[in-house]
Amino acid sequence: MPTGESRLRISNSGSVTQVEFIDRNILDEANIQQIGEEIGGIIDAHNEPKLLISFSNVDHLSSAALGALITINNRIKDKGGELRLANIDPQIYEVFAITKLNKLFEIHETTEEAIESF
Amino acid sequence: MLIRLHDSREEIERLQQQLLDAVERAGFSKSSRFAIRLALEEAIINAFTHGHAELPNEPVLVEYRVDQQRVEIAIEDKGPGFDPGDVPDPTLDENLDKPSGRGLMLIRAYMSRVSFNPTGNRLEMAYERPISG
Repeated sequence: MPTGESRLRISNSGSVTQVEFIDRNILDEANIQQIGEEIGGIIDAHNEPKLLISFSNVDHLSSAALGALITINNRIKDKGGELRLANIDPQIYEVFAITKLNKLFEIHETTEEAIESF
Repeated sequence: MLIRLHDSREEIERLQQQLLDAVERAGFSKSSRFAIRLALEEAIINAFTHGHAELPNEPVLVEYRVDQQRVEIAIEDKGPGFDPGDVPDPTLDENLDKPSGRGLMLIRAYMSRVSFNPTGNRLEMAYERPISG
């Protein structure tokens, strides 16, 4: 259940907004919706948003989480912005590879590499 | 084990933990547990979201059996069922940016066997222990 507390750690590196998940498991529809809304707020607040999402704490995610990421990507593209993903555990990366979403998203090994790529 | 599962995150997580504990006791590896957890999550969510779209308070039935060699799971809803052949391939270029429609393909990718009854409201899936453990 959503608690009203943020499910994200948000920081800025130059013009890039960096987002990290607090939850280790991104499965619960209610939490995923909250994450989508929080990130949606960041996108709305920027022209041409540059967003980096780090998966460093994430052990599990579901197709609903992938769906939320796709919606985020679509919204960022609509505003002429860019999205990068980073720090994805090999097991989680496999989920991106199976669904071929590694072709849709620009994925970097580290946040440093991702920040440099903008 | 046969469980009547309601659409409550608490119940779903309790069931997942119970099954994963049994899987761990049977000696399956972390990557096997990752696969089983993902398939179970997707199957339960599909049953509630699609099967019980018009039956929000109805539980689904979950059966499972764990031994040293395999994990068998069945999930049955009371909905009208569906034809799994009608689900579009989410990996096609034209579907890649669509936010939904990946649950079933993930179940098929991670489990060793997946089948539906003719109505399409009962999913049976099995995970066989890999040679490496």
